[in-house]
Amino acid sequence: MASKVIHAYYNDDEVLMHAVKKVKAAKHHIEEVFCPFPVHGLDKAMGLEPTRLAITAFLYGCVGISVATLMMNFIMIEDWPQDIGGKPSFSYIENMPAFVPIMFELTVFFAAHLMVITFYLRSRLWPFKKAENPDVRTTDDLFLMEIEIHENESELRDLLAESGAVEINISEKNSH
Amino acid sequence: MYTFSNRLKIASFILMAVGLIGIAVGFISAPSTVEEAKAIVASHDTHGDSHATESHSAVDAHNEHATVDAHDDGHGSSHDEHLLHQLQNKPWAALYVAAFFFMMIALGVLAFYAIQRAAQAGWSPLLFRVMEGITSYLVPGGIIVFVILVLSVMHMNHLFVWMDADVVAHDHLLQGKKGYLNPIFFLIRAAIFLAGWILYREYSRKLSLKQDESNDDSNFKLNFRISAGFLVFYLISESIMSWDWIMSVDPHWFSTLFGWYVFASMFVSGITVIALVTIYLKSKGYLEDVNDSHIHDLAKFMFGISVFWTYLWFSQFMLIWYSDIPEEVTYYVTRIQDFRLPFFGMIVMNFLFPVLLLMNSDYKRVNWFVVMAGVVILAGHYLDIFNMIMPSTVGNQWFIGIPEIGAVLFFAGLFIFWVFRALSKAPLQPKRNPFIEESRHFHY
Repeated sequence: MASKVIHAYYNDDEVLMHAVKKVKAAKHHIEEVFCPFPVHGLDKAMGLEPTRLAITAFLYGCVGISVATLMMNFIMIEDWPQDIGGKPSFSYIENMPAFVPIMFELTVFFAAHLMVITFYLRSRLWPFKKAENPDVRTTDDLFLMEIEIHENESELRDLLAESGAVEINISEKNSH
Repeated sequence: MYTFSNRLKIASFILMAVGLIGIAVGFISAPSTVEEAKAIVASHDTHGDSHATESHSAVDAHNEHATVDAHDDGHGSSHDEHLLHQLQNKPWAALYVAAFFFMMIALGVLAFYAIQRAAQAGWSPLLFRVMEGITSYLVPGGIIVFVILVLSVMHMNHLFVWMDADVVAHDHLLQGKKGYLNPIFFLIRAAIFLAGWILYREYSRKLSLKQDESNDDSNFKLNFRISAGFLVFYLISESIMSWDWIMSVDPHWFSTLFGWYVFASMFVSGITVIALVTIYLKSKGYLEDVNDSHIHDLAKFMFGISVFWTYLWFSQFMLIWYSDIPEEVTYYVTRIQDFRLPFFGMIVMNFLFPVLLLMNSDYKRVNWFVVMAGVVILAGHYLDIFNMIMPSTVGNQWFIGIPEIGAVLFFAGLFIFWVFRALSKAPLQPKRNPFIEESRHFHY
């Protein structure tokens, strides 16, 4: 289904923040905001949920330390407990200091890499992905707010013009 | 302007009085003869402590041999002598650990304060007066530690074995270290370090107060420069101080990263105390402009430096454990054999607990969470100093009993009294610090 959206352009992040607050106050749903750089506090103004990436990273770290412990316990203690330079390989805890560097590194490795991959999956980023920005200028010096139109075009246009938009366009959008 | 509340003042006096009684009990109950020392150990045996019984039977074995062999007789009596010294050391070591612990908190805060000034941090100027209040304890605390060191040099106790001329005469290793470890040079070094720290503290505080009344930023700039200079002096003096005051209770042992390790311990305790005092003053309504973000930043420091401490602790432990060189590894052998619970308990308290508690960003803004973590961190770092001093001064006769708790209570009372008295002497918010506006609006 094709729907119409309104694109409001801003040339300053302060003005954009005010506009976002104004549009939220008027109870319109903001589809998307495109910015050339991170605008501090924009997520709060838009009322976006806080990210849960840090929680996933903690869990991935737990996976990492488990992998390291199970791996070394099996290899060094259970499978072939050799005497290597007099290190006590009778139980895991007795030889643990020697394993800590690996446990630490694998924890960091799992936490970091799996979190980055999670981020890519959740934000749909991959090589050869088709860029989604509606206007190339939004990667350089313009901010763009996108609002869906539900038979309230003129009302929205007035609101956005009042909020300091430098340019307002209406375009067709294919819903994905 | 903060007024020292009467309730807190009375509480600090009670702590000091109770602590003083505890310290006195410790000194009175310390044995003065070999017979008394043996009686104390024997009375512990009757309580059914299996470990003590073992050591007692070992003593018996020595005595049985003594009747047969004259050489063993000498060994048996030297064992009793050793036991006597350990028991006599107990109240002294308890006093020394607590005195050093609270002095080190003030010193750690001083280092943090100098770093904040030298780094021109924008968030912390609001807390400068709190830090200056805490560092005021450096004067009485440092002097007390110095007095204990002077008393050690005067042979009032056996904390530092290298101060005993008889021992040095029979110890080739200590003779080799005589150039560095001799009582006069030791006291001169201690005096220079304390003078340097106290001088910076007093001068920086003076400039900080003068800045409030002046029309330009010259005091602030001078404070910036002397803080940078102090940090250079501090880094060197703190390292040497840790060799002198702590590592030399075990003069046969040495470790290169020991200075850093002690630094990490004092730094994290200092930051924790800043957080606790700030939260206390804020709860009483004195620090209106301090917000959750300031507490959040302090908690982040507590978290990060706890990990840093663990990193240094583990680096020192693992390198020595791994290479297992006999002359180095005895340090950890005695600790793991005789101090198993405090030794591994402190890692749980100083690492696992703060890491799990303070990892969550939201928890770092919850005051009672920070207080809870802070109390555990402080107790953990007391144990850390305990584990550094006790094994070589009292050995397996250690116990956290009346002398130890008494000493902690006494110095806690003195610390609270001195710090909050200093806090009441100047307005809690600096007026003309160039970064004060940024600090007031600090938001994370």
